[in-house]
Amino acid sequence: MEFLRVIDLTLSLNGNPILDHLNIDFWKGHIHAIVGPNGAGKSTLAYTIMGLDGYQNIQGSILFKGRSINGLSIDERARMGMTLAWQEPARYEGLAVQHFIRASAKDKSDHAINDVLEKVGLTPKDYLHRAVDKSLSGGERKKIELASTLAMKPELILFDEPDSGIDVSSLRKIFNIIHTLKAMGTTVILITHSLDVLKQADHAFLICHGQLIDKGDIEKISRYFEEECMSCDHKNVPDPKENP
Amino acid sequence: MDIDQIYKAANLLSTFHDPEAPKLSINLNRVVDSQLTKGLDVDTRETESGVDVQINIQKGVVISRPVHLCFGVTDEQAVQRIKMDIHVEEGAQIQVMAHCVFPQAVDVKHLMDAVITLEKNARYSYLERHIHSQDGGISVIPNARIHLGENARFRTDFELIQGRVGLIDMNYETICAAGSVMEMTAKINGTHDDIIRIHETGHLNGQSARGVLTTKVAVRDRAKAEVHNKLTASAPKARGHVDCKEIIQDQGTAVAIPIVEVNHPKAHVTHEASIGSVDSRQLQTLMARGLSEDDAVELIIQGLLS
Repeated sequence: MEFLRVIDLTLSLNGNPILDHLNIDFWKGHIHAIVGPNGAGKSTLAYTIMGLDGYQNIQGSILFKGRSINGLSIDERARMGMTLAWQEPARYEGLAVQHFIRASAKDKSDHAINDVLEKVGLTPKDYLHRAVDKSLSGGERKKIELASTLAMKPELILFDEPDSGIDVSSLRKIFNIIHTLKAMGTTVILITHSLDVLKQADHAFLICHGQLIDKGDIEKISRYFEEECMSCDHKNVPDPKENP
Repeated sequence: MDIDQIYKAANLLSTFHDPEAPKLSINLNRVVDSQLTKGLDVDTRETESGVDVQINIQKGVVISRPVHLCFGVTDEQAVQRIKMDIHVEEGAQIQVMAHCVFPQAVDVKHLMDAVITLEKNARYSYLERHIHSQDGGISVIPNARIHLGENARFRTDFELIQGRVGLIDMNYETICAAGSVMEMTAKINGTHDDIIRIHETGHLNGQSARGVLTTKVAVRDRAKAEVHNKLTASAPKARGHVDCKEIIQDQGTAVAIPIVEVNHPKAHVTHEASIGSVDSRQLQTLMARGLSEDDAVELIIQGLLS
């Protein structure tokens, strides 16, 4: 059974169609990649699935575990088992890493909090009491956000540009975690325009101007993306909320 | 309610029962406990509605353990007037933790007038933590005038994040001599119809004096906050910064009035102030982890005020 179904999904922002009659089925326990050029609607699709503010006035349906989630709030969707890791994680003045992670953790014990920090390559004693604020680098905040999603133990995780702001060695760690999540049965959706990230997926969906262009195995989609998209002079209408 | 219940409300039982801990405990207008340490002189005089306190730290004395002060009112209705005169002699150092505990307050006024003087090279750190009832029937009106001698260091943190604020109207002013350092921070969480008024002023009068005024306030429901931060710099290499952050939710209102005044071409003062709702990205991230909107807002505010 499809774990997550996007059915005839259309979303217009400021009169421009950003998602245009999109149909995609995501399978449980797989790593999926949504790939496409800038402004194709990739992040918008992730935000719409998560139900972020401004992304709820849709046409079509989104079914999660066989149930329509149209109209559900972000936290209701999260409590059903899905979450989103942002391209640029939020900063929280004064909020300690341990409290940030514990807030979403299924297991709130110290051991569990330490465990997820270690999994993302951060030494707990160096980070637990630090604030999730501008004193952390973008890469550190990304790892802490990832730790918080691991602590939540979601059934579905949407990763928006997981390589953004990450150095090469950290990126390898993140790729390992993505595969660990898959081994744990978590369904992963990677939003990317990076071929390195795309290669981590089991299969991919190529979208452009909010429409599904192609889908299939990674080799096929990579080739299409490299040969057709990178040289294409088509200009997408960007999501005005993403690029205010 | 006895004094132990005040200690319990403030989680201070072990501190105030520690025979070695330097402390002074006042319930309304009575000194109920006092423990001094070498080099720390404390003189108290009970008045009709409070206590006059004189504290002197002798020259060169470094008091390694924090000195705990407890100002409590166990009554539901009362006026408490505290006068403090604190003198830190040359090179002396002290860290004071003041606990202002009003767990039963229905109509209580706590008035504090303090004069704090730090001589050359002295250090004084003052954490003032308020624990109030949930009733909101309390008015806290602290005034302090602080004089810093050459190379003195002064730090004060005012926290009112447990229980209802009621009315707070604080006014602190610090005058800084050459090479001295001043940090004044206030963190207050207002709800219901609480009223918060903060006036913090620093005068960097001496060469290379430095100062930071930091205010963090959250106002929810119908609470109102008004923050006046003023920092003046009048000497070469004087450096200062004013930072005011206010979060508003519901029908809360907030005003920030930062004033920076520079009277010397080699002095430099900066300021930043922000007032607004909880950041949407912060909120949605926590909601995407399964927190309700209310719980997410609470966590963000607790972080800001932590």
